[in-house]
Amino acid sequence: MTSTKKDPVLVVLQLSGGNDGLNTIIPYGDPLYLDNRPNVRIESERVLPISDHVGFNPAMGPMKRLYDEGKVAIIQGIGYPNPSRSHFRSMDIWHTCEPDKVGDEGWLGRAIRDIDPEKENVLTGVNFGRGLPRSLVAPGVPVASVGNLETYGVLTGIEVEEQRAKALDVFSRVYSPMIGQGPVLDYLAQTGLDALEGADILSTAPEMYSSTVEYGNDTVAQYMRNIAQVHLANLGTRVLYTTAPYNSFDTHAGELANHTRLWTETSNAVADFYDDLKEHGAGDNVVTLVFTEFGRRVHDNGSGTDHGSGGVAFVVGESVNGGLYGEYPSLEAEKLLEGDLHYNNDFRGLYSTLIEKWMGLDAKPIVNGSFEQMGFI
Amino acid sequence: MADKDIALMAHLMRRAGFGATYEELEARAAKGYEATVEELLQPDTQPAIERDVLMRYQPQWVSQAGLEGQQEEWTFRMINTKRPLEEKIALFWHQIFCTGHAKCEYPRQQQLEFDMFRTMGMGDFSQLLMGLATDPAMMFYLDNCMSHKDAINENWGRELLELFSLGVGMDGEANYSEEDVKECARAFTGWTVTNSVPRYPYGKYEAAFIYDPSDHDYGEKTFLGETGNWNGEDIVKIIAKQPGAARFIARHLYNFFVADEPQVPAWQDSAPRDPEAIKMLEDEYYRSNYDVRSMLRVLFNSDFFKDARFTKVKSPTETVVGTMRLVGDFDMPKPGLNAMTLTIRYMGQDLLNPPTVEGWHTGREWIDSGTLVERINFTADAVGKTGLPGVQAIINRLASEGATISAERLVDGCLEMLGAYELAEGTRRELVSLANGEGELRTGTDEFGQRVGQMLQSIVSTTEYLFA
Repeated sequence: MTSTKKDPVLVVLQLSGGNDGLNTIIPYGDPLYLDNRPNVRIESERVLPISDHVGFNPAMGPMKRLYDEGKVAIIQGIGYPNPSRSHFRSMDIWHTCEPDKVGDEGWLGRAIRDIDPEKENVLTGVNFGRGLPRSLVAPGVPVASVGNLETYGVLTGIEVEEQRAKALDVFSRVYSPMIGQGPVLDYLAQTGLDALEGADILSTAPEMYSSTVEYGNDTVAQYMRNIAQVHLANLGTRVLYTTAPYNSFDTHAGELANHTRLWTETSNAVADFYDDLKEHGAGDNVVTLVFTEFGRRVHDNGSGTDHGSGGVAFVVGESVNGGLYGEYPSLEAEKLLEGDLHYNNDFRGLYSTLIEKWMGLDAKPIVNGSFEQMGFI
Repeated sequence: MADKDIALMAHLMRRAGFGATYEELEARAAKGYEATVEELLQPDTQPAIERDVLMRYQPQWVSQAGLEGQQEEWTFRMINTKRPLEEKIALFWHQIFCTGHAKCEYPRQQQLEFDMFRTMGMGDFSQLLMGLATDPAMMFYLDNCMSHKDAINENWGRELLELFSLGVGMDGEANYSEEDVKECARAFTGWTVTNSVPRYPYGKYEAAFIYDPSDHDYGEKTFLGETGNWNGEDIVKIIAKQPGAARFIARHLYNFFVADEPQVPAWQDSAPRDPEAIKMLEDEYYRSNYDVRSMLRVLFNSDFFKDARFTKVKSPTETVVGTMRLVGDFDMPKPGLNAMTLTIRYMGQDLLNPPTVEGWHTGREWIDSGTLVERINFTADAVGKTGLPGVQAIINRLASEGATISAERLVDGCLEMLGAYELAEGTRRELVSLANGEGELRTGTDEFGQRVGQMLQSIVSTTEYLFA
C-alpha cells in the first residue's frame, strides 16, 4: 500500500444545529448588522478584522492566524435553493445532495465507493463519534465508526486469548454473507466483518502516535486528535469525518456565551489539528472542510437567533488558497428571503471543487449535477 | 407449556417491556396472552419502584443530579420495574418528545417530565400534548420560555408540528405550511415558566408552568385553515383532530412496537410498511377519542404484531436493560451501575441527551461498525458471567436434563432460554460444531457452567440477537 505520491485526504468537521454565520464571519462594517442585532451582536471593536467590511468572531483567533497565513478559504453566502429551516431536512440535503426528495445515500459514501470500488480497504472512510452521519452512508460501502479509538476491538472482554480466538473465528464465519437474506441482514453481516477487520488495524494507530501539540479536552478536540492519529498511521484512510455532538450550535437562547465557547473549542481544535499534521510533515495532502446545515435568522430574538438560511463554510489546509470566496449576502430588508440571508453560493459547487480538484474524482454523479467550482484549490 | 406460547410471550415481553427470564415467560404464558397484555396496559395493578429506598442508597441522584446520575436512575428503574410497559411508554415518548438535560436549570426536571409520560403516556393524545406544552423541560429545550409577543421564538411552534404531532407530511402532501408554524408560535406566546429559586450550589429548584396573559399575542390567527383568536389549547385541539396526527401516532407506535419503518423524515413520501395495520390504528385513534392505551390494546392483540417477531433492531436501551434483566444483575444499586449505564451511550443512545431534537435514528441505523462492537462486547461480557443468577438459572436448567447433553441441545436450550431466539441454519451448525469441538458436555462438572457461558456469548454475538 506504500506509494511515493501522497493521496489527497479530506477531513470533514460538521457543526450541527445551524451555526450563526452572521456572528462567525461578522459584517461589522454594515450598519444593518447592528440594527438587526440589538442584543445578540459582537461589538465592532472586538471583531478580528479581515477587511473593512467583515471579520472573525473574537473567539476564532487560531483560525484567524491560519487565515493570515493564507491557509483558510472562507466560503460566504453558502446554501441551496428553497432552503429548509428544519435541522434534519437541511442536514439531510447537505449529506445527500438531494434537495427535492429524501435520499438515503451520502455524497461521501459515493466518493468512498469511487475511491475504493473493490472495497480493498475497510478504512478508506473513518467516522469519529457515535453513529454514522448520512453523508458517509452508501449501500455496500464500509465506513468504520469509532467512538473511542483507545478501546476499539471485538469481544475484548473474553480474557483467555485462545477462547477469544475461537469466538472470533466463529464470529467471522457467521457474519459471512449469505444468499437471499435481504438488505438489512446483508448490511448487518457486512458491518460485523468490517468492524472485525477495521478494529484490528485501527488499534495500532494510538500507539504509533506522538506529538507536541496538546489538544483541548472537549469532544471536538479529542476527535480531531483521533483523526490526526489515524492519518499519521498511514492506513490508507482518505475520508475522515466527525461531528460536533449534541446539536450544540442551535443557539435559540443564550447565544453570546454559548457561541463564544463553541467557537473557542472549534477554532482551537482546527488549528491544533493543522499544527499537528504540519509538525509531522503530513499536512500537505489534507484539507479540512468545516460546515453547518444553515445560518440563522438575521434579526435576533432577544437572547438568541432562530433558524435561517445562507451560512458560512471553511476550507482549511496547507494546499488551500486562502481568502474570501463568494459574496457576503446583503442584509437589506428587500434582499432577504423571509427574514433570512439569501444564499449566492451553492454548497454543491463547494463539494464539486473538493471532489474534483482535490480528490480527483468525477463530481457530477457524487453531487447530483454540475455546479460552478471555486478557486480555493 | 407449548413452545409457541413461550415464543409469543417472549416476543410480547421484548416489545411491551424489556424482555424476561425464562421463568417469568413460563409464569406469564400460564396466565395467558390477553391477560398479560391487559396487565401490562394497567401498570397501576403492579407495585411501583420503591423510590424512598433507592434514594437512601443513591442520595446523589437528588442532591447533585448530573446527567449521568439521571441516566443511572432511569436505567435502574427500567431494569427493576414490575411495570415494564410504563417505562417502555416513557422511553417511547422520550424518543419522540426529545428534551436535553443541558438546557434544564433544575437537574431533575426531565424526571418530572418522565413521570408525566408514565401517568399520561397511554392516555388521551391531546392531553399529553397539553402536558408537553406546559412541561418546563420542553419549554427550556425548545425555548418557548424565551418567546414573547413582540419577539416570537419559533422553535417550539415548529417542532410541535414537525416532530411531535403531525410530521412534515403524509402521502406525498405537506401537513402544514411555514405560515402555520408562525401562527402556532404566536398562539403559544405567554406560555412560560416561573422564575425558580436558586439551590446553591446546584442549579435551581424545579420550574413550573405559568401563563402570562400580558405576554400573549391576542391577534387573530389562521392555523391549518381555521381562523380565530387562538391560544395554545386551541392549537392542540386543532392538531389532534387532523388526519396527520392519527397517521403520526399510528406510524410511531408501529415503528416502536411492531417493525422498523423508514426514518421519520422520510414519512411524507414513503408509504407505511403495512398500510392495513396503520389504518387499524388510525381508526382506533378516532374511535377511542385519541386514546393511546386503546390503540396499544388493538396493536398487541393483532395478528400483524404477533407475526412480527425479530423484525426490529433492538435499541441500545433495550439491549442493555434487556440483558441486565435476563442475567439478573443490578437488582440493587451497587458499584458499576455508572459504567453499565454509560454503555447505552456508547451504543449510540445517550438518554436525556439526544443528538438533536429529532431524537435518534432507529432500526438498522443503530448499528454501525462502532456501535456494533460496543453492543457485542457488552452483551457477551454479561452473559459470560456464570455467577450471575440469571445465567446460573440457565446452567441449572440445562444441567437438570441429564448426566450429559448433546451439542445440539446446548445450542437449542440456550436459544430457548434467551427468549426463543432462532438462528439461520448455517449459524446454528457453526455453533454446534464449536460445542462439539470442546468434547462431551457432562453436566455434573465445574466446566459445564463455563461451556454454557461460552455458548451464550457466541449466540449474543450473532446478527440474529441484534433483533427483538
